Amino acid sequence: MSELLKKDRELVIPGDEIIRSMDFLPGKNCFREGNSIYTKKIGLVSVNRRVISVIPLSGVYIPKAGDMVLGEVIDIQNNGWVIDIKSVSEAFLPLSGVREFIDTSKTDLSKVYGMGDVVYAKISGTGATSVYLTMQDSRSRKLRSGRVVKMSPAKVPRLIGKEGSMINLIKNKTNCMISIGQNGLVWFEGEKESKVIDAIGLIEREAVVDGLTDKVSKLLEG
Amino acid sequence: MKRLNGRKPGELRPVVVKAGVIEQADGSALVSMGKTTAVAAVYGPAILHPRRLQLSDRTFLKTVYAMAPFSTTERVRPGRSRRGTEICMVTRHALEPALFLEENPKAGIGVYIDILQADSGTRTAGINAASVALADAGISMRDLVTSVAVGKVDGEYFLDLEGEEEDVTKCDLPIAYMPRGKKITLLQMDGDMPAKDIKELLNLAVKGCEILYEKQKQALKERWLVK
Repeated sequence: MSELLKKDRELVIPGDEIIRSMDFLPGKNCFREGNSIYTKKIGLVSVNRRVISVIPLSGVYIPKAGDMVLGEVIDIQNNGWVIDIKSVSEAFLPLSGVREFIDTSKTDLSKVYGMGDVVYAKISGTGATSVYLTMQDSRSRKLRSGRVVKMSPAKVPRLIGKEGSMINLIKNKTNCMISIGQNGLVWFEGEKESKVIDAIGLIEREAVVDGLTDKVSKLLEG
Repeated sequence: MKRLNGRKPGELRPVVVKAGVIEQADGSALVSMGKTTAVAAVYGPAILHPRRLQLSDRTFLKTVYAMAPFSTTERVRPGRSRRGTEICMVTRHALEPALFLEENPKAGIGVYIDILQADSGTRTAGINAASVALADAGISMRDLVTSVAVGKVDGEYFLDLEGEEEDVTKCDLPIAYMPRGKKITLLQMDGDMPAKDIKELLNLAVKGCEILYEKQKQALKERWLVK
């Protein structure tokens, strides 16, 4: 087996060769050309047994089934709602994805979710160019008040932290309710809303710095 | 003929590459080669409007090239021009082979190149900036695209012509090149020359591109490296 040309967790630029070997498989954000595996995106190398993948540092949100996202209703059709989730395509929330039964002959769909309403929904599945949402999840709901900010989707894992450590810290220190969409939209409502914005800004700017939790905690106390 | 500012025939102008210069864009870059400065901003991939432009099998790549009115000694009239439209097209063709456009069908990527200061080689500086901006935006790429112009002045092969040199050359040759696969994605010729000159000039241009490639990679590393 041949050696890795790049270390685990090393920064790679599109076109960088990670390994020259047929014993490994190209995973996420990687591709094979000849005997070598190269990276498609700017990111950090991640080696999991024999699969080489790259964790991206930037880029738009790519929908994945099971993710929770925040989105805005941009169109109403006779069998559901079109939702803008700030991704490569629109998402569709069909009537079957709503918890209660709706009789379309009696109810106006815009009374359930109107244009411009913001929903916190789960991605139930994805097709080649389509994304389906569902509200059949205990976390899903329509957001009636509060604020929404956008951050880089690549940095959402840092906002959440290990097993939610970072987000719980922010929730406790600011006394806010926070809902994070994997697509980079974050909803919150509570006492110190401006502190939440500051914390998100700090995490976005310094996502890769060590000791981020301490810095955020200092910011929230000061 | 001696080169202006004492450059060697195979020497580039002083190059500056910076990634992430525009905060609002998904990805951006500034490239300046001597007195030519280009800024590129990349948006997307995102939902594409108007819908009729959507392609069912691949991403639509939109490139816009514009010279600032104050970029040359004589005011440039803003808006569409024959020259601008051509450069938009060749830039798109130069960048397309480096991208995995089949990944996001129906979506669109917008590349906006602005020339802040022009002193010859604006399309090459624009392509260099656009390729760094695309990588900065986290778009899937096979390789970075590098670009440089070469020409023959008084029987000597010159790399990266500047304004005054371009005025006296009989023929200049802008190329775009993907160093990893050694592929040329843009080859234009303004003027004419014998075939053996073209071979020599292409070799010279490729050497220039290799140097630019390192600068582009360095700029991206500086932007994203853990401090």
